[in-house]
Amino acid sequence: MSVSFTVAPLRACRDILKELRAVKGPGYQRSPAYRYVMDQFRHNRITSEKLCRSQQDLLHRASSYLCLLQSTRLHLSLHAEYHGEGSTREKGLGDVARMVGLALPTQPGGKGWE
Amino acid sequence: MLRNALRLYCKGSLTVYCCPVMTRQKQTCHVLENRRTYSSAMSERKKFYQDVSISHGEGGVFEINLDHRKLKTPGGKLFTVPNEALAVAVATEWDVQRDTLKFYTMHMTTLCNTALDNPTQRNKDQMIAAALKYLETDTICYRVEEPPGLVQLQKTEWDPVMDWIEKRYNVVIGSSSNIMGPTIPEETKDTFRQHLASYNFWALTGLEFVITQLKSVILSFGLIDRHLMVEKAVQLSRLEEEFQIHHWGNVEWAHEYDLQELRSRTAAGVLFVHLSSESATMKRKLLQDLEFPQPRKPWN
Repeated sequence: MSVSFTVAPLRACRDILKELRAVKGPGYQRSPAYRYVMDQFRHNRITSEKLCRSQQDLLHRASSYLCLLQSTRLHLSLHAEYHGEGSTREKGLGDVARMVGLALPTQPGGKGWE
Repeated sequence: MLRNALRLYCKGSLTVYCCPVMTRQKQTCHVLENRRTYSSAMSERKKFYQDVSISHGEGGVFEINLDHRKLKTPGGKLFTVPNEALAVAVATEWDVQRDTLKFYTMHMTTLCNTALDNPTQRNKDQMIAAALKYLETDTICYRVEEPPGLVQLQKTEWDPVMDWIEKRYNVVIGSSSNIMGPTIPEETKDTFRQHLASYNFWALTGLEFVITQLKSVILSFGLIDRHLMVEKAVQLSRLEEEFQIHHWGNVEWAHEYDLQELRSRTAAGVLFVHLSSESATMKRKLLQDLEFPQPRKPWN
């Protein structure tokens, strides 16, 4: 197995906890995920070698979980913005046009019969 | 029959113990037990619980509890996972839901449900055969002849992965620019078949999911063998789209949306495979620590 990446454990741990706080809110430290992640990072910082295989495996796993949390959160926010309730139907025609980069035409003099 | 109720989350919250028997109460439990209401066709429903907890089940498995009720699969089976890590991942998915349950974001739960229910009634051999069939139409193997920018990009980005897998498994795959694709030699398929046979059913379910998301067996192997990170594998899978985006611009409500969705599904798939095959990889360097005891160093 070739190791073609390096992940800093402290950074990975901090980012995962940041994500948990973003999705869980203030009670995130009481969640099962918080305790499990902290346990894993504490128990596995044993080796002094840089290329310990099981440490790399665990870091890959941590990085995958971080990607899962981040991308799920971003996917959800994009869904709410563009595909959720109130994202298109309740918007005015001008807002929907702006979503695809167009704009309604403007007539400075009004439409004549107004 | 008594079950161990292990509270794995902290003191401030409500005490929740798992019930040995699911009680049929009129409006509360019916959603979990009645497969007609909890169907895959529903994408959202209101959140009907406050707390999520994990408990031990029979035979060393873990179960998820929503308030006092045990989670069940859409097929009506009790939802059980073989280890704590998977249980934590699933519990977190249920825990972070707000007013409505958005099932399309709960990928780990979906994968567990598929592995438990096996709705398509397939066995390991059929799944391995399907994966090998996919190899014949692998994304990495199909090269374009124009535009030159994309040809070059495919060469610089995909060739290293192709070299890696051919070297790692000692096989020949090759790429092609004609519509029929490369011919995969029988020895290559035999090698991969033997390798895939060492995965258990759950891991194969996850692998199949990753293959269908990335549209590539080679990239999936790269991810499972930890040669690639999730973001890199997704980028390689979407190489042509990335090329077009670079040229024509990024449309957030389509490109960005697809990217994040693909990343979340792929990450869930690879995590599922690794957590389902956990027992083989966790080894500690106890012997070395005993021989040369060293002070514990902090994280780098």
